[in-house]
Amino acid sequence: MNLFQGFRLAFKSIVSNKMRSILTMLGMIIGVGSVIIIVGLMQGVTNYIVDSFSDMGINMISVRVTNTGTRHVDEADMFEFVSNNPDVFDSVTPLVTSSFTIKNGTASIENETITGTAETYEKMNNLTLSTGRYINYADIKNRKAVCVVGTYVVSELFETNNVLGKTIKINGEPFTIVGIIEESEDSEEGSADDCVYAPYTKIARMSYTGTISNYSFATYGREYVEDGEKLLDDFLYEKLLDEDLIKISSMTSLLTTIDKMTSTLSAVLGGIAGISLLVAGIGIMNIMLVSVTERTQEIGIRKSLGARRKDILSQFIIEAGSISAFGGTIGILFGASLVIFIGNIVGVNAAPTVGSIILSFSISVGIGLIFGYMPAKKAAGLNPIDALRSE
Amino acid sequence: MEQGKIEEKPLIELIDLCKIYVTGDEEVRANDGINLKIMNGEFVAIIGKSGSGKSTTMNIIGALDVPTSGKYILGGIDVSQMKDDELASIRNKMIGFIFQQYHLLPKLNILENVELPLLYAGKGKAARKEAAMAALDQVGIKHKWHNFPNQLSGGQQQRVSIARALAGNPSLILADEPTGALDSKTSKEVLAFLKKLHDGGTTVVLITHDHSVALQANRIVRLYDGKIIFDGPTDEYIEFESKLDNNLYG
Ligand SMILES: Nc1ncnc2c1ncn2[C@@H]1O[C@H](COP(=O)(O)OP(=O)(O)O)[C@@H](O)[C@H]1O
Ligand SMILES: [Mg+2]
Repeated sequence: MNLFQGFRLAFKSIVSNKMRSILTMLGMIIGVGSVIIIVGLMQGVTNYIVDSFSDMGINMISVRVTNTGTRHVDEADMFEFVSNNPDVFDSVTPLVTSSFTIKNGTASIENETITGTAETYEKMNNLTLSTGRYINYADIKNRKAVCVVGTYVVSELFETNNVLGKTIKINGEPFTIVGIIEESEDSEEGSADDCVYAPYTKIARMSYTGTISNYSFATYGREYVEDGEKLLDDFLYEKLLDEDLIKISSMTSLLTTIDKMTSTLSAVLGGIAGISLLVAGIGIMNIMLVSVTERTQEIGIRKSLGARRKDILSQFIIEAGSISAFGGTIGILFGASLVIFIGNIVGVNAAPTVGSIILSFSISVGIGLIFGYMPAKKAAGLNPIDALRSE
Repeated sequence: MEQGKIEEKPLIELIDLCKIYVTGDEEVRANDGINLKIMNGEFVAIIGKSGSGKSTTMNIIGALDVPTSGKYILGGIDVSQMKDDELASIRNKMIGFIFQQYHLLPKLNILENVELPLLYAGKGKAARKEAAMAALDQVGIKHKWHNFPNQLSGGQQQRVSIARALAGNPSLILADEPTGALDSKTSKEVLAFLKKLHDGGTTVVLITHDHSVALQANRIVRLYDGKIIFDGPTDEYIEFESKLDNNLYG
């Protein structure tokens, strides 16, 4: 008896007992469905997080150091470090941020964050200027009081947009505006348009501590970040000899952590859903045992006509496998449509993953075969005389 | 059906055959030293009252069971020590069963029922259909091939089961009370058909408790308490029976 005939027999048996088959398959449908839904949703959430983070510079590494009286690193060390590791690092900028009141005549903004950077910052952060230029090397070297401002600052302090070359006062010191950043977020307060950039050398002088402790490094891409972090850690540890004085972080390592967390979570939840597949398998075994008892006479007749053990065995195993495969297929369709539906409601782009479909389908068929084996073996082992006699 | 037709080598040979059932500490000798030879082309009825060991004998002849001791040679092959799957193959190739209760599978149609022995013989789809249709034609029920068993009368179902028995072209037709569930008119038809098969050269062994049915055969074997108490031509049996002590043999 070949496989195809086995499927035909199995299909007949499923169809002739519709209600029972549906109830038996329900476990598989729910099990497979929930595995697909959970894994799909988790994947959707992970993708959502990764997407929203990847705008924020996934090739960057942030470093914060605490200099002590005896041991310290300065920007010259950092520039040298970058030029010594040219196959990982593209550039570096010190970051000095301070809050000052900025003024133009009577118009003012209190507590405006002024970011002191090197000239490299422009390229590292893909800043686009609508007019003028960014801070250059000469500005930094000479600690010039120049600044680049965002459109929010322009609109708050000036009546005109034409402000290039005009002067604003930062903490009472006059700064010349040399460039304006192109509007990107409707000149809202707190948006990317709400910014003031100046030479880090100048801001460091004006700031309370006067030291530089924050740096931003650009690697050549996300895949260099891990190596870069390690290089930096080694380099800085050698200088400062204390891990507590060094803080290295990156979007990528954050993303990796999130990735790891969500995939662990999805494996755990998927595993819990997978247990329902096991329960479904027990349901199939139960129904197959009933079926063997009910069909004792059929088995006897088949045996009297020459069916061998393996014919009966395969008939019942194929039947169990078909029930669970059928249930699994319905579960896939059910899970796949539900995960898209739920994704739409929640607002993440959730889709059934190929992995979860293949995995849950093969587990369901496998479980059907495993749990179908015991009843099938019982059927195959029946004595034809006893089986024929049963009424 | 006369002597000339019967070949020298027996199709069935039972030698000192014993089947002992043990239930608890009780021992039942259902077959107790049976010696029997049936030649190719014979039409034999095995008769006896209930409990005399007919079914036990039929199970062994039908390769559904093996004897406790003694030998069963079928078509020159010693079947008495065979394993389950070997017996299945013997049944499939050599024996066609006709049961009292027809034993058709209700979820398969007539054609599929008749195809079953061919399926287990590993025949291809086309060959199965051809042989099954020919067998259905032989019993005159070919036109019902797509019907299901419950759509047929008892007599028609028994004809289907005869077709199924014939489909694999077996050496032996083994009929267990084939008329037990039929009215006298259809019983006659079925018996006439068995006779026709025998006329065509098929070996038929009929198991029955009904004398009038047994008398259709050419040779009668009478069992009592697991032993053969008569084995001979039908006309001699009529004589034997008339002299039988009813108190002893029922
Ligand atoms: N499976 C069995 N287990 C125990 N005893 C049995 C079994 N089958 C038959 N017998 C006993 O063997 C004897 C012969 O039975 P059986 O061959 O069925 O006779 P018949 O078919 O002529 O009625 C009876 O006494 C019966 O009770
Ligand atoms: Mg009986």
